[in-house]
Amino acid sequence: MSVSASWYLTLAAVLFTIGAIGLLVRRNVLVMFMCVELMLNAANLTFVTFARRLNDIAGQTAVFFVLVVAAAEVVVGLGIIVSIYRRRPGATADDVHGMKG
Amino acid sequence: MTYVLAATIPDAITFVIAAAVCVLGALGVVLARNPVHSALMLVMTLFGVAVLFVEEDAQFLAAVQVIVYAGAIVVLFLFVIMLLGVDQKEAIQRDPLPAQRPVAICVGILGLVEVLLLARGRWPSGARSVSGAIGSPGDNVGLIGRSIFTTYLLAFEVTSALLVVAVVGAVVLARRPRRVLGENGAPTGALVEPDDEIDGPEVAGLDDADAGTVDTGAAGSEPGDSERGGGGPGGGGPVDDLADSEVTGP
Repeated sequence: MSVSASWYLTLAAVLFTIGAIGLLVRRNVLVMFMCVELMLNAANLTFVTFARRLNDIAGQTAVFFVLVVAAAEVVVGLGIIVSIYRRRPGATADDVHGMKG
Repeated sequence: MTYVLAATIPDAITFVIAAAVCVLGALGVVLARNPVHSALMLVMTLFGVAVLFVEEDAQFLAAVQVIVYAGAIVVLFLFVIMLLGVDQKEAIQRDPLPAQRPVAICVGILGLVEVLLLARGRWPSGARSVSGAIGSPGDNVGLIGRSIFTTYLLAFEVTSALLVVAVVGAVVLARRPRRVLGENGAPTGALVEPDDEIDGPEVAGLDDADAGTVDTGAAGSEPGDSERGGGGPGGGGPVDDLADSEVTGP
């Protein structure tokens, strides 16, 4: 008998919180991006946990699609980061305010 | 005591170790000063999550997690970090929102507590989907494949379109618009791309290293400024030299 689903969901919530806090606290664009990956992984863990809990393969299929979207997101995001760093070296997230966001 | 965490001893030990690895890696991602260390800590978290996937009968996803995430995405992160030579310490001299960090930590912890309190009731709700049970005959890969290629076939096709768009976007973003030469090798002014005037002050900003990173691009592009305005035409100088050298090169 494996560990009950509540522990997995608690761990996923903790991971998501750490990722969200890191996204809000850090200024380095690359580290902020890694925190987004942490949050995606927490969501994946939740999907897999519910797939086992509900005995339904659709949760694992959703994780598959999340992986694909995460890969595409990383490619485009890192392209944007590279182009930003090419324009102005040493930029942090607060320096990129060209659109007055 | 046979049952810890409502599970047998090996399962409980595996879960506790993998969870500790995950949480420590996540904290390392957030707290590490060096972005390279953050990326390596991210690998640690991803391996922990992969172990938990195996523990939850998702063997295919565990393999994909290690291959795609730890093998491709983190390597891409490390490539970008090494290529850019990112500054190791964060420039927080100019903090526009000084109260953001404590507020962010408080809001995050409040959100976590709220989720954990709300989750004291029954977790799963809603109707079952029709894509098959995990315990049905066949291995994990076969089940996921059958689910993807039957129930979620449209989403799978859209995924391919998404990947194509991502590849095209990456190529467009990473392309260097520095082609100012004509067909016969002569520099033609008409072919200078409009973002070349953004590239010019960037070269000037690279030359004087202690000029700071803030607003060199905006100040350099203003023709009226006398001191920094030298960056505008002066910044155009290295580009033109580059173009001339490219003419004499081939």
